[in-house]
Amino acid sequence: MDLALIWFVLIAVLWTGYLVLEGFDFGVGMLMGLLAKDNKERRVALNTIGPVWDGNEVWLLTAGGATFAAFPEWYATLFSGFYLPLLLILLALIVRAVAIEYRGKINDPKWRQRWDWAIIGSAWIPSILWGVAFANLVRGVPIEEVDGRLEYVGNFFDLLSPFALLGGLVTLALFLSHGAIFLALKTSGDFSKRAGDFAKKISVVALALAAVWAIWTQLAYSVAWTWAAVLVAALGLAAVAWFTRTESFGKAFVANAVVIVGAVVLIFGSMYPDVMPSSIDPQFSLTVDNASSTDYTLTVMTWVAVIMTPIVLAYQAWSYWVFRRRISTDNIPEHNELTFFKK
Amino acid sequence: MEALELARWQFGITTVYHFVLVPLTIGLSILVAIMQTAWVRTGKEKWLRLTKFYGKLLLINFALGVATGIVQEFQFGMNWSNYSRFVGDIFGAPLAMEALLAFFLESTFLGLWIFGWDKLPKKLHLLTLWLFAIGSTLSAYFIIAANSWMQHPVGADYNPETGRAEMNSILEVLTNNTTLAAFPHVIATAFLVSGTFVAGIAVYWMVKRHREDANHGDLPMYRTAARFGAVTMLLAGVAVIITGDVQGKLLAEQQPIKMAAAEGLMATETGASFSLFALGNLAGDDPDSVTHFIEIPGLTSFLFTGDWDGEVRGINDLQSEYAERYGATDAAGEEIEYRPNLLVTYWSFRLMIGLAAFSAALALTILWFTRKGGITTKPWMKALALISLPMPYLAASFGWIFTEMGRQPFVVAPNPDGVDMVMLLTQAGYSPSVSAGEVAFSLVVFTVVYAILGVFWFKLIQRYAVEGAPQVEEPTIDEDGSRPLSFAY
Repeated sequence: MDLALIWFVLIAVLWTGYLVLEGFDFGVGMLMGLLAKDNKERRVALNTIGPVWDGNEVWLLTAGGATFAAFPEWYATLFSGFYLPLLLILLALIVRAVAIEYRGKINDPKWRQRWDWAIIGSAWIPSILWGVAFANLVRGVPIEEVDGRLEYVGNFFDLLSPFALLGGLVTLALFLSHGAIFLALKTSGDFSKRAGDFAKKISVVALALAAVWAIWTQLAYSVAWTWAAVLVAALGLAAVAWFTRTESFGKAFVANAVVIVGAVVLIFGSMYPDVMPSSIDPQFSLTVDNASSTDYTLTVMTWVAVIMTPIVLAYQAWSYWVFRRRISTDNIPEHNELTFFKK
Repeated sequence: MEALELARWQFGITTVYHFVLVPLTIGLSILVAIMQTAWVRTGKEKWLRLTKFYGKLLLINFALGVATGIVQEFQFGMNWSNYSRFVGDIFGAPLAMEALLAFFLESTFLGLWIFGWDKLPKKLHLLTLWLFAIGSTLSAYFIIAANSWMQHPVGADYNPETGRAEMNSILEVLTNNTTLAAFPHVIATAFLVSGTFVAGIAVYWMVKRHREDANHGDLPMYRTAARFGAVTMLLAGVAVIITGDVQGKLLAEQQPIKMAAAEGLMATETGASFSLFALGNLAGDDPDSVTHFIEIPGLTSFLFTGDWDGEVRGINDLQSEYAERYGATDAAGEEIEYRPNLLVTYWSFRLMIGLAAFSAALALTILWFTRKGGITTKPWMKALALISLPMPYLAASFGWIFTEMGRQPFVVAPNPDGVDMVMLLTQAGYSPSVSAGEVAFSLVVFTVVYAILGVFWFKLIQRYAVEGAPQVEEPTIDEDGSRPLSFAY
């Protein structure tokens, strides 16, 4: 089998892992602002992802590193081309990592409040921008040959087409829904109830937005076989709406993960054989073949991925099992006594 | 300034900043794991208290290290797209391996360690910390393998059709002798940094507690920590010297200009001396204006060749050699200056060595004053301990500045025994599609955000350090999930 194609699929798998896992992290971050009533509830929300959010984010770093190793031309053109949106995402991720860790380190309402804003804001920004970025990959962006290299020649505003912005709203709604279902599953009592109620509403919004975007993608940019992915995603979305209504949140969570899988298959399927289609002329498109590394590198990386990915999945799954219990406000310890200045 | 210059500044600032945090994480994760192991084996409360105390400081440091590390995975593509195209076939592999083998291990098991005190049995909980520590060290190996390839490309060929370097042996890339020399040097430095950190804070507390109460119950604990840190520093210091020496001699063969630049040596000399400082126009425009002071005869020759009378080739000879072998002019027809910025290389090399010596002085002082069960009570010891804290950090940063600036004008320096075409000038590695305005914007934003976060990082480390080791309870497993969490954000 064609190694470059295998890596195209593997990178889709890495992105799926990232979007499924950090999708609910971002959802929880946004809902800290929308659903939690007081500090204790915000802490309940934050601690549902406490032990796992950092490991979830590594899926992104792995997707980035794997793209560099397997498709250097794609890595180079994509990240230099999408410079400003990627900068915003990176800044959000930087601030978010520090905010989560530092928020509870000083016992001062002002201190906490500011970091809370950071956590909430840094969840909204990437939730929208990832959708915008992927929609642009599907739609194609201005790429031309410059000095023998395929370079992005557009500007920031070229990335903000209606189709791309709708893509942003889709990931936003999907992550909100994902996070709300996760919170309904991982918390208890009143907070869990409120998260479940929110999931019922947002899952309908996600259904509407995602359906429009998926059909738009399918009709305008894709090939026949990805109708299967659209169908899977559509059934998943309907199942999410149904299962949140019947309050079977475990099933709803799985269904929402299936939606994300369907969306990634649709996105990657519609791009193939391109990895970054040119909107100027198809001859300038980066493809699975012209953007990939040599077979030697791809073979080495395939071995590494085949051996390591199951091991990573196993220990990450174990960590979810260790922290499987629901968290209630009764589980939240008092803050330590440390204030910013020593008394 | 042009996009290239700005991108270089951005890479320098974000990377040096990131690497201020990394050595402490690498070293301290292992030291805290040793502390917790001591607690699990002996059951002594002082070890648990020290684990919690230094563990908290480790987490504060790790958070910012992770945050600033995210950028590194993407910055090559963002600002150095031509570099990424040229090296991706080789350089991307260790980066992807770092994520798959090291980052997942680090982050998953750190989560288990932080939140697992009341969830996991004692020994399993200890294992999670060790796996975190192993992950941190592994990540250093892969990133140094990637960096070493830029210093000394091996296992690679040049494909004239694509104009790219291509990998032909992953084994050679991962066992590059430059990596095998640099990795122990970096790890030894990490222990020097973390040993100084542990000892410095412990000495501060020992002196402070003793002044409050000469029989304070905390004194034996801080004494243990101070000696533990001091022994770490001493062993690490010896290792830093040995590994640094090995690396110096290797570099003299692999990147002779870099090492000539470390001494600012223009003409080839035998028995070249080593000066402690120099005045004049070191930038290299006017070598005659430079005066070297306190010269130790033959030392430079000894450092780079192992022979006090050995020949060290000077920059002028190397310049003509390089011009002949790698081309006299660049793509734009400009003459290529093959020597790095001498002011930077000369001083960063000295500061690296000089500042590291400071830690050694602290280690010996501590061990002397705490010998035979003694407690140090001298206020000047407290001052020395605090002054020493940043020294190995600075030494490590200057070491990296020397390594990276000394490689200029190359981003991938040519391997004298390798394929000549596998090399790249820094000026050719930038991203043509990113404008100077965009880079200027990101440079300013990163600098400002990092500066603000750095203030919080410093304040929190300081705040938790002056709070001292917390009182602890024996951790027990929460069987039914009814208790408050042992740790929560």
